[in-house]
Amino acid sequence: MIEHLPALQTVVPMMAAPICVLLRQATLVRIFAIAVAWSCLAIALALLEEVLSHGTISYALGGWVAPLGIEYRVDVLNAYVLVIVATIGAVVIPFPLDGRELRIPRERYFLFYALFLLCLTGLLGITITGDLFNIFVFLEISSLSAYALIGLGKERGALTAAFSYLVMGTIGGTFILIGTGLIYQMTGTLNIVDLARRLPPVLESRTVWIAPAFLVVGTSIKLAAFPLHQWLPNAYTFAPSMVASFLSATATKVAYYVLVRVIFGIFGAAFFFETLGLSNLLLPLSLIAMLVGSIAAIQQTNIKRLLAYSSIAQIGYMTLGLSLANLNGLTGGLVHLFNHALMKGGLFLVVACALSRVASPDLEALRGLGRKMPLTMAAFVVGGLSLIGVPGTVGFVSKWFLVLGALDKGLYAVAFLILGSSLLAVVYVWRVVEIMYFRDSDAIVERDEAPLSMLVPTWILIGGTVYFGFNTALTAGVAHTAAQFLLSLGS
Amino acid sequence: MKIPLMRMREKLVVRVVSRFFIPFILLFGLYVQFHGDFGPGGGFQAGVIFTSGFVLYGLVFGLENLQRVVPWRVVESGASLGLLLYGCVGIASLFLNGNFLDYKVLDPHDAMHGLHLGILLIELGVGLTVSASMLAIFYAFAGRRTA
Repeated sequence: MIEHLPALQTVVPMMAAPICVLLRQATLVRIFAIAVAWSCLAIALALLEEVLSHGTISYALGGWVAPLGIEYRVDVLNAYVLVIVATIGAVVIPFPLDGRELRIPRERYFLFYALFLLCLTGLLGITITGDLFNIFVFLEISSLSAYALIGLGKERGALTAAFSYLVMGTIGGTFILIGTGLIYQMTGTLNIVDLARRLPPVLESRTVWIAPAFLVVGTSIKLAAFPLHQWLPNAYTFAPSMVASFLSATATKVAYYVLVRVIFGIFGAAFFFETLGLSNLLLPLSLIAMLVGSIAAIQQTNIKRLLAYSSIAQIGYMTLGLSLANLNGLTGGLVHLFNHALMKGGLFLVVACALSRVASPDLEALRGLGRKMPLTMAAFVVGGLSLIGVPGTVGFVSKWFLVLGALDKGLYAVAFLILGSSLLAVVYVWRVVEIMYFRDSDAIVERDEAPLSMLVPTWILIGGTVYFGFNTALTAGVAHTAAQFLLSLGS
Repeated sequence: MKIPLMRMREKLVVRVVSRFFIPFILLFGLYVQFHGDFGPGGGFQAGVIFTSGFVLYGLVFGLENLQRVVPWRVVESGASLGLLLYGCVGIASLFLNGNFLDYKVLDPHDAMHGLHLGILLIELGVGLTVSASMLAIFYAFAGRRTA
């Protein structure tokens, strides 16, 4: 069975989704879904191990060999992203569903788990496949289930948020499809490795010049890169917090992976960065995203919306690493995938814990919560420190590599702006901490902590931000190998 | 002259004609389904055609009657069973030492027969899921089901 692991990575959660619908009974389905998500993580870890020790794995679906058939191709880069997605899925899915945050009654919770597993299938599928059209298919699977998951939020706004995400997401998906069609027209192949071989001779044609525009814009919408981020704040604000945690930690990361794959794996870095001059556009936009996202986060009065705007700033860091296009910058961008997944996933789970005791996600409602729920709010502080990038947390590791990358290029102003954006993060994290710990500090509050079943997943993610802040061998090591691999492509 | 508003099921022509047509629609759906591997058609088209028979019944005789024939729960299970069938064919080929969805190994003696069997089963899964999903869409738009 070992050689079939690439197929099982997507087949296991995909088959589990309909089984959830057939099982129906809420507790049973929950246990089953947890088991499935953890086995996905085991498969992803086994694949990473295999890739690191024996090199790239190729799997021909249906026995049809690439480039004719669909190929699953696992290299260092996507094995790493698979581990990120599977880890978050495995940690978030045991989080208990809260009726106060969900539109559906308990009898229909099985639909939530079916959607969740389908979304996981789609995200894992996008990452693992070596076929450009297959990426689009899995993108649709993950997006459609994500729209439905967001729409499950209890507030009325959830439906409009899901709908506007649907409109934007569909435009993004269509752009990716058009881009794929254009390069298919010129090369007659959809396999990514084969494309990288066949594109250089036709690289001068206008059709091929237009294709990357569609692909980059399409993935940037999915990534919520500035200025295509409008769908994100509402989607994360109105989604159930657990869904926001899962999506913020995985969906944008996978979109970033697709962008990196398109740039380095298909067209080659030289074409994007030298011929097209992508950095001239991407670098300023990333910087604006970092600053505008953080400034917008400072102004928010709703904690979920605050975290959503902070996500836009953090996505700016990732695209900044990409636009630097050197070893340190790319390592920083890639390691930030994992690091941001941990901290933002963890912080949204903190919000979910808080919402089990507080009526609304408004900042004012969080007054004095530091003493009411000390463990939950301590998790927020640690996660917040990580967002700022305090040494000893994962945020510092990413920023360290990004600053090094900027300095390697002699871009001192960029390095300075990275630090400046961290200061803005101090402001918005402090606002929350101040309200939680120091407002009405003389009032007597009874301790009312979130249940252990909520605290454990939260602290796994938040604990991870500290653990991987000290032990960088695994994350930064793999990200470094992946960045080396990417830069070696096409040279 | 004012024509009095009549409900669909009170109209004799509609009732008789649709009663006459529904079996043929279902039969045609099955034809497209099982002939799909030799001619035009396949699970997707067949599923839509098959469901259109049910939709016609629902339009003429009312949603309540249709939901008595095919309750919501059957629709949900049907949609998942189809996907499950598709996946099981793939997993069966894993156990027969082939790659995922490599139907050639389904019949160890005759690869062509295995291929045929695999396609037939997979299309059946597609047909089941599509027809159930189409009906689910119809239910969602035609009725107000409290979730």
